[in-house]
Amino acid sequence: MSEVAVVGFAQAPNVRRTPGTTNGVEMLVPVFHRLLADTGLSKQDIGFWCSGSSDYLAGRAFSFIAAVDAIGAFPPIMESHVEMDAAWALYEAWVKIRTGEVDTALVYGFGKSSAGELRRIMAMQMDPYLMTPLWPDSIGVAGLQARLGIDAGLWTERDMAEVAASSRRAALSNPDAQLAGDTTAEELLKQPYLADPLRAHDCAPITDGAAAIILASGDKARDLCDKPAWISGFEHRVDTPLIGARDLTTSPSTIAAAKAAGVDGVQVAELHAPFTHQDILLRQALGLGEEVRVNPSGGVLAGHPMFAAGLIRIGAAAAEIRAGRADRALAHATSGPLLQQNLVCVLEGR
Amino acid sequence: MVTISSEPLSAPLDVGFDYTRSLGPVLGRFATGLRAHTIAGIRGSDGRVLVPPTEYDPVTAEKLTEFVDVGTEGVVQTWSWIAQPLAGQPLSHPFAWALVKLDGADTALLHAVDAGSPDRMSTGMRVRVRWAAEPVGSIRDIECFEPLDVEPTEREAGSGDPVTMLTTPIHLTYQHTASPEESRYLRGLAEGRLLGQRCPACNKVYIPPRGSCPTDGVPTEDEIELPDHGVVTTFCVVNVPFLGQRIKPPYVAAYILLEGADIPFLHLVLGCAADEVRMGMRVRAQWRPREQWGTTLENIDHFRPTGEPDAPYESYAQHL
Ligand SMILES: [Zn+2]
Repeated sequence: MSEVAVVGFAQAPNVRRTPGTTNGVEMLVPVFHRLLADTGLSKQDIGFWCSGSSDYLAGRAFSFIAAVDAIGAFPPIMESHVEMDAAWALYEAWVKIRTGEVDTALVYGFGKSSAGELRRIMAMQMDPYLMTPLWPDSIGVAGLQARLGIDAGLWTERDMAEVAASSRRAALSNPDAQLAGDTTAEELLKQPYLADPLRAHDCAPITDGAAAIILASGDKARDLCDKPAWISGFEHRVDTPLIGARDLTTSPSTIAAAKAAGVDGVQVAELHAPFTHQDILLRQALGLGEEVRVNPSGGVLAGHPMFAAGLIRIGAAAAEIRAGRADRALAHATSGPLLQQNLVCVLEGR
Repeated sequence: MVTISSEPLSAPLDVGFDYTRSLGPVLGRFATGLRAHTIAGIRGSDGRVLVPPTEYDPVTAEKLTEFVDVGTEGVVQTWSWIAQPLAGQPLSHPFAWALVKLDGADTALLHAVDAGSPDRMSTGMRVRVRWAAEPVGSIRDIECFEPLDVEPTEREAGSGDPVTMLTTPIHLTYQHTASPEESRYLRGLAEGRLLGQRCPACNKVYIPPRGSCPTDGVPTEDEIELPDHGVVTTFCVVNVPFLGQRIKPPYVAAYILLEGADIPFLHLVLGCAADEVRMGMRVRAQWRPREQWGTTLENIDHFRPTGEPDAPYESYAQHL
């Protein structure tokens, strides 16, 4: 089976609102051009294209098809789409390369979260019989999980504010971040509740954005760049959608995916934690010690483009390897309500 | 001279539709029970009582069949406070979301608690069901939960045939934005002009113009004003009535290739019998009265035959 590496990564700036269309074309065209220029590839060199996005976010059916225009998809291309975070599209592309069907793939994700009412739209991903008819908003539902952990003594509101403050400090060095600043937990805790026990800083900001990654196999990857970020472990798992039947203070699917991917010895981790308490929960589930640098990019609390944010974690972890700041890095992505589905990707420099 | 702005046009877009789903034996039993003011759980393979009931065991994936009725009072496992409820939620005044473990159940149900203020909420508090005024066999038959110190509201149970279907209305609102290229096209239409744009790489003329040429992946740029006549490249005769239809069938929906364009667009061909429309037929726009024009292709009511000889097949064969 072929070895697979990340050889290129580019993203659009994470911003509160873009003037573009919900099909993502305006954000994707410059991202593709930069990525192809960086790797010296042309679109004809790409064996497989795969994307992650959502029609509910776009407010239109088959929105991913309009996005294909951004590729310049003639002559015809081999293309696929997942209606979830593009980290899962990257998994599909990885399988395609592992099985020898292609030797390069370009994976992209995009979302214009500002177009609709994100808190309500997210109710569409819940159980359609028992939950969606109640229109549970994503922040209110996250508050249920946050309080369970607070009541169980696993984290405090202060711990949560510390996560937000450290995310914003880390984001000072990330030019694409939406929220960055030098702040303290004390300052943040003075703010009112958005959905008690969550304050605004506990929730990833509404963000428009897009990102893309190029994967390549063995020698192809070595030709394309000096230091490919090799994927040494890649797994995803899922928990029941019935949130009242799960232990919400931990994440069995993350634990299982991490075990299968082999996360021992990682020096840096990019976690997809849309809420501060989930950052703490994921560190515990993944068994990350104090020595592991978590979210040097600022993570998704500094910018959360829906359906691209998990892919960006893989890009950011790969960037740590490619820049020589780590030999072994972990990227995590989530999809579904309250960390229902989780993916773990381990990357290595060799 | 072109004076049209590329500033994106933007407008509210309301999307509404109903999902109608069949419930199956487990959720059907649960919904039928709610209408009759009882709450059914199901026994899992480990002996736990799952509420709401699941068709398959969440741990072993074994099929589950043993129903167990549970109480209509329970304990709040966790809660969050919603100071500003959103459209469609169970209550329109501030409330708590909660996971409620009903008496006799081992898992928790997501619903709203009407407590008045967050000071009156606590983990471990006991709550009871407040039934909806008109039960139909849905999770919304539970209007919400309420603290036990609130005076109970008497509500009539419903009855009837077993509930087998569930209809969930969906309403979502967006601020829809057209691309800069589309915005120029739409503003042109308001002036009675048909504006296409040429791809700088392949020179193809697109109408509507595109944010990205599907061949080259670059935005179209040079503006081309196109005439309001062209040919039918292909068409279909609509014979089937459907909801929202504005014209009585049979009628013709056709791809029209304007002269000078490299892509056809969909419009109506009227003004002749449906069975007279053919590939290559030359057609011209029938504009609505000027006072009705807006930033929409509906300014053209339809296309009608010009009566000129048909275009040769080779002239549009590349655009099918
Ligand atoms: Zn072109």
